[in-house]
Amino acid sequence: MDKQLIISVGREFGSGGHAIAEELSKRFGIKLYDNNLLLEIAEKNGSDAEIIQKFDEAPKLRILSRTVRGYNNSPEDVISQLQFDYMRELAQNGESFVIVGRCAETVLKGHPALVSIFVLGDYETKLARISEKYSLSQKEAKSLIKTTDKKRKSYHNYHCELHWGDSRLYEVSINSSKLGIDETVDILEAYINKRIGK
Amino acid sequence: MISHIALAQIVAIIIFITMFVLIVMDRFEKHHITLVCGVITLTMVFGVIMNDGDAIIQTLNLHNIFTMHFWYTAGSEGGNNSGINWETIIFIAGMMIMVEGMARVGFFRWLCLKIASLVKYKTVPIFVTFMLMSAILAMFIDSITVILFLAAVTVELARLLKFNPVPMILAEIFCANLGGSATMCGDPPNIIIGTSLGYSFADFITNTGIIAGVCFIVTLVYFYFMFRNELKKNSELPTVKPDPKSAITDIRGFIISTVIFIIAVALLITHSMTHLTVAFIGVFISILTLLTAPKHIVYIIKKVDYKTLLMFIGLFMVIGGLEETGVLEIIAGLISKICGGNIYIAIAIIIWLSAVASAFIDNIPFAATMIPVIKSMSATMNVPIDIFAWTLALGTDIGGSATPIGASANVVGTAVSAKAGHPIGWKRYCTAAAPITCIVITISMLAVFIKARYI
Repeated sequence: MDKQLIISVGREFGSGGHAIAEELSKRFGIKLYDNNLLLEIAEKNGSDAEIIQKFDEAPKLRILSRTVRGYNNSPEDVISQLQFDYMRELAQNGESFVIVGRCAETVLKGHPALVSIFVLGDYETKLARISEKYSLSQKEAKSLIKTTDKKRKSYHNYHCELHWGDSRLYEVSINSSKLGIDETVDILEAYINKRIGK
Repeated sequence: MISHIALAQIVAIIIFITMFVLIVMDRFEKHHITLVCGVITLTMVFGVIMNDGDAIIQTLNLHNIFTMHFWYTAGSEGGNNSGINWETIIFIAGMMIMVEGMARVGFFRWLCLKIASLVKYKTVPIFVTFMLMSAILAMFIDSITVILFLAAVTVELARLLKFNPVPMILAEIFCANLGGSATMCGDPPNIIIGTSLGYSFADFITNTGIIAGVCFIVTLVYFYFMFRNELKKNSELPTVKPDPKSAITDIRGFIISTVIFIIAVALLITHSMTHLTVAFIGVFISILTLLTAPKHIVYIIKKVDYKTLLMFIGLFMVIGGLEETGVLEIIAGLISKICGGNIYIAIAIIIWLSAVASAFIDNIPFAATMIPVIKSMSATMNVPIDIFAWTLALGTDIGGSATPIGASANVVGTAVSAKAGHPIGWKRYCTAAAPITCIVITISMLAVFIKARYI
């Protein structure tokens, strides 16, 4: 890619947002960052990726952490800040990439190369996808969707002013259940091409 | 019909509990919480309900600063024990200025790197010497500063020598809290206890200091056996060694700061002989620091943690509300009743209550609240106050080590570690620190038992 392109993909659990992000990274030939962002951070700091990943996209638990002289010891909070700083660094260095979740649309807001997307889905479609993907019963899938979305929502809303999924945060909010993953990617690809003036 | 005093007691308790809950929730700055609660105590409890102007004057305690006794007295004489403890606040402010002066010239970083180079950058010797350094520095300097620098250098050395810094940081945090318990100026609860009850540096070092020394040896052995395999794993000698001298930003300032630090330590050690109060020492040391660095006065003053000082002021006002309304006397009476006059049960209750409370809530307000309680207990049970004072000091100082939120050093240490890419969760922290906290508290309790036996 000649021109820098950063695509942020926020997603509901089960909407296929991750698969869409993966496909977009392939089509535009740019790197995909998901939890591998933490792997790079771990490598850079010589730290244990497995330990860091425990605190990935997790909301801060206020009662279990404190702030002293501006130092907050919530691992969730600090790991989030490390990811945000790393994202900003990548963007600043002119790198093109697709980033899944991690409040990227807010962290990189105002960056000229940013295209922010939110992928949502119909509940029944999400339920079917999660049941199939993780071989879960309907009840288990429902519970997993509920807890995962709740976690993502509280993580996002803790760090960002506007709420998770609020259409004002994103350039494009799209329901992947209406046209399916492939056609959704086609539409997003066409939009991004137009948007970056290709 | 509720009497005025009963209403005042209820309101004072509500304000106190609200303050604690708000501090634990960590949504607002601590000094905002305590100051607002303090002002409410003065206006509502003393003003509106009790209509007692004297109680307000007593709690503000400003008149005390203008007495000779505040600056010059024998260490063994009873200190100020009611309302805002200005001696503690002025001393802490003075030490903060001195420490900022030392930090500006690179003293702490130099010390850490120097020790690492003296032990030839070998991981296990660094581990042992850093634990020792953490404990010794924390005897004279606030544990936040000690851990801030020690943890930062540990992370730097860990990158260089390819070891996991987490075990070392956990051990350093524990030792900073333990070292702080050894002296009157080591930990804020000790300063409050010392100034409120009129103890000297010598009183602390010959009581809590000896116990902390014994516990340090146990701690060293405990952490060595717990982490020895982790420390040896992947550890390698560096190809490029950091030069300790590179840490010094101003050589003249460095020498002056070191001399001031030595003077401060000497003044603290001898203050029971010189009769200079810790407030005097704090003011003297801060003036010395500022006069010897005239170009950096603004920088140093800006660095002072005024939020902590303001938090103290508000805190003492709220506790003044409980004290003046007699709530703390009631609590003391209750504890004495439970003990049934048995001194050993009283010691066990105070030390474990302080330790468990300090593991989860700020130990400064807890210690400040407990001082009038132990005074009252001492009078009711006819037990020398110092037995309860050492028990309270050890319980609050060491109990805070058990969890990542128990003491300021824990918060700063774990935050520095996480920022460097090594987050420390509750499980990891408590697995290492909680058992040794229980061991050290048990040893301390037994030591106070022995002391109590010979009174």
